[in-house]
Amino acid sequence: MAELSNQLLPVAVLAYLAAMVGYLMEYSFGGRGAVARTAVRPPRERELVGTAAGRVAPPTAPTSPAPTSPAPTATIPSKPAGRAVVFGRIAVGLTVVAALAHAGVLVTRGLAAGRVPWGNMYEFVVALSLVAAVAWLVLLIGRPTLRLLGLFVTLALVLVLGFAGMVLYTEAAPLVPALNSYWLKIHVSAAATASGLLLIAFVPAALFLIRTGYDAGKRRFPYPIGAKLPAAESLERLTFRLHAFAFPIWTFAVICGAIWAEAAWGRYWGWDPKEIWSFISWVAYAAYLHARATPSVKRTTATWFAVAAWGTMLINLYVINFVAVGLHSYAGVE
Amino acid sequence: MRTARAFWRSLTSMRTALILLLLLAIAAVPGSVLPQRSVNPESVNAYLAANPGSGRWLDRLWFFDVYSSPWFSAIYLLLFASLLGCLVPRLRQHFTNLVSAPPDAPSRLDRLPHSATDLTGAGDPPATAAKLKAGLKGQRWRAVVRDQTDGTVTVSAEKGYVKETGNLVFHFALLALLVGVALGSWYGWHGNRLVVAGEEFCNTLIQYDEYGLGARTTASDLPPFCVRLNAFRAEYLDNGQPVQFTADISYVEDPAAAPKAWRLEVNDPLRLDGGNVYLLGHGYAPVLRYTDRYGAAQTTVAPFLPDDGMLTSSGVAKFPDANVDPDGTKPRDTSAQVAFAGVYLPTLPADPSVGKSAFPAERDPALMIVAYQGNLGLGSGIPQSVYELSHRQIASGELKQVGERMLRPGETWTLPDGSRVEFVGTRQWITVSVRHDPGEKIVLFGAGALLVGLMVSLSGRRRRVWARIAPAGDGRSLISLGGLARSQQPSFADEFARVVALAGPPHETERPLAVAEKGH
Ligand code: HEM
Repeated sequence: MAELSNQLLPVAVLAYLAAMVGYLMEYSFGGRGAVARTAVRPPRERELVGTAAGRVAPPTAPTSPAPTSPAPTATIPSKPAGRAVVFGRIAVGLTVVAALAHAGVLVTRGLAAGRVPWGNMYEFVVALSLVAAVAWLVLLIGRPTLRLLGLFVTLALVLVLGFAGMVLYTEAAPLVPALNSYWLKIHVSAAATASGLLLIAFVPAALFLIRTGYDAGKRRFPYPIGAKLPAAESLERLTFRLHAFAFPIWTFAVICGAIWAEAAWGRYWGWDPKEIWSFISWVAYAAYLHARATPSVKRTTATWFAVAAWGTMLINLYVINFVAVGLHSYAGVE
Repeated sequence: MRTARAFWRSLTSMRTALILLLLLAIAAVPGSVLPQRSVNPESVNAYLAANPGSGRWLDRLWFFDVYSSPWFSAIYLLLFASLLGCLVPRLRQHFTNLVSAPPDAPSRLDRLPHSATDLTGAGDPPATAAKLKAGLKGQRWRAVVRDQTDGTVTVSAEKGYVKETGNLVFHFALLALLVGVALGSWYGWHGNRLVVAGEEFCNTLIQYDEYGLGARTTASDLPPFCVRLNAFRAEYLDNGQPVQFTADISYVEDPAAAPKAWRLEVNDPLRLDGGNVYLLGHGYAPVLRYTDRYGAAQTTVAPFLPDDGMLTSSGVAKFPDANVDPDGTKPRDTSAQVAFAGVYLPTLPADPSVGKSAFPAERDPALMIVAYQGNLGLGSGIPQSVYELSHRQIASGELKQVGERMLRPGETWTLPDGSRVEFVGTRQWITVSVRHDPGEKIVLFGAGALLVGLMVSLSGRRRRVWARIAPAGDGRSLISLGGLARSQQPSFADEFARVVALAGPPHETERPLAVAEKGH
C-alpha cells in the first residue's frame, strides 16, 4: 500500500502538469475575453424576469460562448465550442484524473500507516493540496467560466505536490505519542482544509491584482496575463467569497490547536513559533476581511492584505517547519 | 477637548483598527525569530552570551519578551480600546434597529438596485398591503405597513439583522478572550519538575525546578496535592520512533486520603481540583554507588538529559561528601571530592566508538564515564548545574580527570586511589508540568462565541424591500416594489423575485413590464 501511494504521487503530478498544458493551450488560443465576458454576466435578470412576469427570457447558457462571439452580453446560447474550449475541457478532465490519483495517494497512505493520513508534513501538504484541487473542481461546477484560472491552480498544485514528493517525503509510519490524539483528526484536518481553500483563494486574489494593473495600463510582466482574465470585479468577488468561507475554518483550526495544546502541554497558547505564525496569519486574514469591509479602503489595497496573508501561511508551512524548533513535532522533517 | 474627541474618533475608526491589526501581525514576528524567555530562557542566555553587543540592546527593547513587551501590549491595548469605542455605539444602534420599525419607503422605488413596477394587487391598497405583509412575515421578513398622506400605502420590510448580531458577537468575543487571558495571567500558576521513578513530589514551590506565579497569586494558593511516579514505560518502533509513553502515577489530593492510581499519558493529563499534571518528557537516571577510600558507600541517582531521539543521554554524578576521614579529626578536605561525568547509551551501537545510542530502549545498555577528583567548587557561591561539572574548576586544575571507563549494569570500576564505583543500573524519570489557569474557561467560551459570530456575520446578509401600493381605480391596486441589499449579493435577485411573486401578477395593461436591476 505504501508502495502504491508512492507510485500514485508522480501520476498525480504528471496529470496536473498535463492539465496545466491543456489550460495553457486554451489560454493561448482563446480569444481575449472569451472567459472575461461571461464571468461578469449577471445571472439574476433572467430568473427575475422569468419568475416575476411569467415571461421567459432566453435561457442563458452557463458555458462560455465561442471566443469569436461578438455580443457583449452572454445571453446567447453558446455556439459549438471552439478549439480553445476543447483544450479547456480536456484540461478539466485531466484535472479530475489528477485529483483522483491525488486522493489515491492519500487513501493508500492512510491504509499503509493505519491512521489518518496527515501525521507529518509530507502528508499534510499532500492533504491540503488535495483540498485545493477538489475545491477548485467544485468551484468549476457552478462557474465554468472560471476555467482559465485552472492554469494557475494547476501550476500551484504541481509546485506544492512536487516539492512535497521531492523534499518532504517521509516513510509511512505510526504516529509519535505527541500526535496520538483525536485532536489530530480534528485540528489538522481543519488546518489542511483551511490551507487548501486559502491556496485556492490566493489565485483569484493575485489575478485580481494583475487584472486591475492591466486595466490601469500596466504592460510589464506579469500584467499582460491580465488581458485574458475574467473581469476584475468578478475576480474580486470570488476572492472575497473564498476567503469568507475559508477564514472561519482557519479560525476553527487555530481554536482546536489551542484546545489540543492545553491537553498536551498544559497551556492553550505558548507563543511557540508555529503558534506565532498561525496568529500572524489569522490576524492578517482578519485584516483582509476588515479592510474589505472598510469603505475608505480600496479593493486593491484590501486584496494586497489577502496576498500578504497567504505569504504568512507559506512561511508557517515551509520556513517555520524547517528552521524553527518548536514543540510541534509535527514539523518533523528529518 | 476638541483634540481629545478627534483623537477618540480616529482611534475608533475602522481604518485605525486595520492599521493596528497590521501592526499586531508585524509585531508578533520577532518572537518567532529570537528566542523568548517565556518559552526557553536557556536559549535566551545562550543568545546573549553569543551576541553580547546586539543582545544587550535587543534585551533592553524587550525583544526576548516580545509578548509581554510594552510595545506589543500597547498595540493590542489600543486595538481593544478602539474595539470597545467602536462596539458600544454599534451595539446601541443595533438595538435601536432591532426594536424600531424598518424605515419608510424612499420616494422613487424604481431608482433602487432592484425594482419591479406595475404589479396588480387583488384588493384595495390596505388589503393588498396587509396580504403582502403577511406573506413577507411568512418569509421571515420584519414588515411594517404605513398609510401615506397621498392615499397610497407603503410596506417596509427588512431581513438579515443577524449579520450585525453575529458581527457584534464576534467582536465582543475578542474582548472576552482578552479578559480570559488576563485572568489566566493574574490568577494562574505553573511549576515544572523532573521526577525519578519511585519519587514523590508535592505541589509546593520549593519542590519545582522552575515555576511561575501569576501577578495576583501567592505560594499559599497552590492546592496541596502530592504525586508519586511508580513506573514509566515507553514503546518504540524498530526504527526507534516512539509510539507510546505511559507513566503510572499515584496521587493524593487530601493528605488524609488514600492514594489513587492514574495512568498519565501524553495528551491525557491528570486533572485535579485547582491544577493539572501533564507529562512532558522522559529519560534515564543512572544509579551509581561509590565506595570511597575509607570504605564509606554512597548511592546517587543522577538524571541524565537526552541528547537525541535514541536517548543518548549525558549528565554527571557528584559525590561532594566522599573521602571524608571518618575520624573527623582532620579538617574537611574538599580536594578529595569525586564526580563522574558520562554518557549513557541505552543501546550500545555495533561500533562503540560512534558514541551514540542505537535504540532508545535499554537493549544493550552501557555507561561511559570519566572520573574526576578534586574540588567540585560547590562552595564557591556560583550556582552550578546538576547536569554539568564546573568548567572553571576543570580549567583551573582543581578538578582533575583520573580515568575513564565503559561500564555495564552491575560492573564495578576500581579507581587508582582504590575507591570503587559501581554502575548499579538505571531508573526512568519523567518531566511534568503542573498548571492552573482559571481564565481557560472564559477563553474557550470566547473562542466558541467568536467562531459562531464570525460564521453568522460572514454568511448573513442585510437587505430591505419596500412596496408602494396605490389604488388602481377598479377596486384593485397597483404595486411598485424596490429592493436594496447591503453589500453585493447575487442571491438577493432570487429573493427579490420571490417577493415580487408574493406581491401579485403584473398589471394587465399594454405597457411592458418593468423589472430592473441597477448598479452593477
Ligand atoms: C480586535 C481586533 C479586530 C479583529 C480581529 C477584527 C476582525 C474582523 C473581521 C474578521 C471582520 C469580518 C467578518 C465580519 O464581518 O464579522 C470584521 C468586520 C468588522 N469589524 Fe472588526 N475586527 C477588529 C476590530 C474592530 C474594530 C476596532 C472596529 C471598529 C472600529 C471593527 C469594526 C468592524 C466592522 C464595522 C465590521 C463589519 C463590516 C461589515 O461587514 O460591514 N472591528 N472585523
